Amino acid sequence: MNLPSTLIYGLLLCVLMVCAPHAAHLPSWVSVESAALLGWCAYLTRNKLALPARWLLGALMLGDVIGILASFHTLFGRDASTTLLILLTAFKQLEVRNLRDATMTIYLACFIIVTNFFYTQTIAAALYMLATLLLIVTVWLHLHGDTLPLKARLRLAAIMLMQAVPLMLVLFILFPRVQGPLWGLPQDAYGSSGLSDTMSPGSLSKLSLSDAVAFRVTFNGEPPRHTQMYWRGPVLWKFDGKTWQAGRATSAQAPQLDSLDSASDYTVTLEPHNKTWLFTLDMPTSISIPAQLTYDFQMVRTAPVNARLRYNAHSQLGYRANADEDPRQLQRALNLPPNLNPRARQLAAEWRARLPGDVAVVNAALEHFRREDFHYTLEPPALGSNEVDDFLFGTRHGFCEHYASSFVFLMRAAGIPARVVTGYQGGEYNDLGGYYIVRQSDAHAWAEVWLKERGWVRIDPTAAIAPARVQSGLVAAMPDSAALPFLARMQSPLLLKLRFDLDALAFQWNQWVLSYDPERQFALLTRLGMESVSLQQMALDMMLGLALLVGLYTLFMLRRLQVRDSDAVQRLYLRFCRKLEKTGIARAAHEGPRDFAMRAAQAQPQQAAAITDITARYMALRYGKAPDPMALQVLRRMVAAFRL
Amino acid sequence: MLTALRQQFRTWLFRPQIESGTVTLNQRRIFIVPTRSGLGFAGVLVLMLLGDINYNLSLGYVLTFLLGTTAVMTMLHTFRNMVRLEVRAGRADAVFAGETAQFVFHVHNAGALPRYRLILHDKNQRRVMFDISAQQSVEVKLPLPAARRGWQHAGRLTLYTEFPLGLFHAWSYFEFDTRCLVYPKPATSLPLPASSGQNGTGKFNVTGDEDFSGLRGYVAGDTPQRIAWKALAREQGLQVKQFNTQQGQILWLDLYLAPAPDTEHRLAILARWVLDAEAAGLQYGLRLPCVELPPDHGIAQREECLRALALFGMSDSTLAAAET
Repeated sequence: MNLPSTLIYGLLLCVLMVCAPHAAHLPSWVSVESAALLGWCAYLTRNKLALPARWLLGALMLGDVIGILASFHTLFGRDASTTLLILLTAFKQLEVRNLRDATMTIYLACFIIVTNFFYTQTIAAALYMLATLLLIVTVWLHLHGDTLPLKARLRLAAIMLMQAVPLMLVLFILFPRVQGPLWGLPQDAYGSSGLSDTMSPGSLSKLSLSDAVAFRVTFNGEPPRHTQMYWRGPVLWKFDGKTWQAGRATSAQAPQLDSLDSASDYTVTLEPHNKTWLFTLDMPTSISIPAQLTYDFQMVRTAPVNARLRYNAHSQLGYRANADEDPRQLQRALNLPPNLNPRARQLAAEWRARLPGDVAVVNAALEHFRREDFHYTLEPPALGSNEVDDFLFGTRHGFCEHYASSFVFLMRAAGIPARVVTGYQGGEYNDLGGYYIVRQSDAHAWAEVWLKERGWVRIDPTAAIAPARVQSGLVAAMPDSAALPFLARMQSPLLLKLRFDLDALAFQWNQWVLSYDPERQFALLTRLGMESVSLQQMALDMMLGLALLVGLYTLFMLRRLQVRDSDAVQRLYLRFCRKLEKTGIARAAHEGPRDFAMRAAQAQPQQAAAITDITARYMALRYGKAPDPMALQVLRRMVAAFRL
Repeated sequence: MLTALRQQFRTWLFRPQIESGTVTLNQRRIFIVPTRSGLGFAGVLVLMLLGDINYNLSLGYVLTFLLGTTAVMTMLHTFRNMVRLEVRAGRADAVFAGETAQFVFHVHNAGALPRYRLILHDKNQRRVMFDISAQQSVEVKLPLPAARRGWQHAGRLTLYTEFPLGLFHAWSYFEFDTRCLVYPKPATSLPLPASSGQNGTGKFNVTGDEDFSGLRGYVAGDTPQRIAWKALAREQGLQVKQFNTQQGQILWLDLYLAPAPDTEHRLAILARWVLDAEAAGLQYGLRLPCVELPPDHGIAQREECLRALALFGMSDSTLAAAET
């Protein structure tokens, strides 16, 4: 190995640092193996042993490829290729023999940093990236400037990166953004945490354990009450006894909405969830981006939301929705799987026979939930094949999906058209940012029943069991021991404030850094006064900005090469001679400084001391060994003060 | 046609000319292109950018732009590492053929920034690497093998640097009028020829050196053995003891006396004799077909003789070309 061992350690440290954040999501055997490979390399370097044979590495690598295939069932896609890249890089360390291999490692390390952004793009990730880059550039400098001490390399690396920051900003702001993707993405390219288009027992309670932000909302005007914040997501019609699904529409009737009450105008910043639906308050009327309002009042886009999305929407909080619904749709809202849940059917039939009118049946069902011994819990017990019966007459412990599901079942059994609506309920106000945060833990399911004259009416059976859930969120509705996400639990006021501040910071970060897309770019450039935001104009401005900065850098960087201290000394002396020359004492060409000083001192006896002193200092600076840098300053001051 | 144009372009761009004195590396003389690994890095950046666009990775954009601009800025760093260096050719001490000529160059860095990893090499890739601290000079010795006797030129040299990240290659050409005298390679040991005044035993008494006749001032080339150290100790300056030399004990080294078939071998034998005669402390003169060096003794005489041998038969035009 002809590379110095300190350089090898540096490279290993780079690889370790870029791979470390991946440990969170890599299969554990990959993390362990990569660490072992790096350790092996460090051991060989330390003991000056030969690197392992290529065939051995090849065989090990082949085994790993098979391992990846077994873990991911593919070699492509985000996770599998990242894993492969990390393993390859770790293997590469065991055959770093020359400068080229070392350079390759540096490039690979840079690439691995990018792959980390698939998983996280937080402020912390950005800071970590900067630290990693500093290390990488420092090690890189070692390749081509091995005579520099470590401290000097670190300093130079920091300077180089800092010089690049303004240029990077110009590029970041002005580089024409293209809306991706450029090619088809593997399915796992985006995280898809969030609501799904089906609902079965346990699906929402599982989601409620996540702190992840679903979206953030800024209200333009008075925000609605917490109990009115129902963020509408997928509407589910079809029940097979276990799972609720959207099903197929039997009518293409357009949605009709008569407004009864106040409207709300708000802006949502939606986190990517890889699904087509957008969340709006019950019931949406308009939206600022291209999207369609379906017959059951869902806002749906054609393309999945795979990047953070901002939109402005308008909703009616009091409404009459589809008062004259298509009978075929109403029929759909009555379908039940045959032969299941006989006891629930019986209960519903009982209510139907006993009570006059649909409203009374609805109230009876809610009253039933309230009166009987029902419990609201995140960890409901498992249910058998007659799920609704088991829940209503057996376990009686459930989360919102259990209540919504059994309520709709009861309604349909009683002949009242009903459907399940999933989405989010509530939100947490952040007073620093002035917006609401809706998290995955706010996921919710409720019901809608269709009543004559009134259309679809929202009924939330969960509110009957745990009113606090709807009034102030999940935390209030749960006993302390419940397995709630860490952040959702009440903290000390200080922690709570810190949490809100951090979230406000993250919000700004998301707004200005992460969601800087073609749209935001356009908005920013217009606000900055660019008259016509065209591709050419942006490219032109970008080039101009870069050229300007590089020009400034050039001036600054080459400045210190032109200063010559010996010249400065000479200039000062010549200035001193000119001053004397004005009084008629000109220095002859043959005259050395000492002779000239003697002559000048005789001619100007009152300045003799100054003349001798200046000359002595000049000679010391000009001809002496290792002149004191301060001496030049002194000479400058003395020449400036010299008067005749 | 194309080759001619290319040659013309190169001539225009690089302006090959032999220079003397101090050469300051300015922007006119420094060329800079990306290296192979620089191009490779550009490829990596393009891949990264495609990934960023495709996956909407905002931080990826930040990283890509940061790396990209750092890389571009290293062009300035590389250029700065070289610009305004002052290069001056130094003396190259004469060597025998087969040895290595050390061409000395003085590189001065007048600026306030240190320069790193500068490499000086000739067209056969014989190289030397050096750093220069701020406001310092270094003496760079470029070892070039001396194959044949005569004047050896360093030829066109390249000074280059790839500091700091090896992404850009900045270089400058210069051809100095510096040259190194290469003596003929001395033949293997051979007895000295007979003295002109005696029979050829090859043995001489050196009594002539023992007759002290006085002191004279030191001249460069005087052998240190004859310096009057006592006089120096008396602070009388450097003086050299003079001895009477005796007539008839003079060794004439003649080209025709050398027992060899051709001139080059004869010169080699003469070179050996010059060294041996000097070592033996003899008075010796050199007689070549058009040069005759009167007998003398000392370093100066030795150099003079070897120089005559080195340049023997070299046409005046070659010499003249070498002088200019």
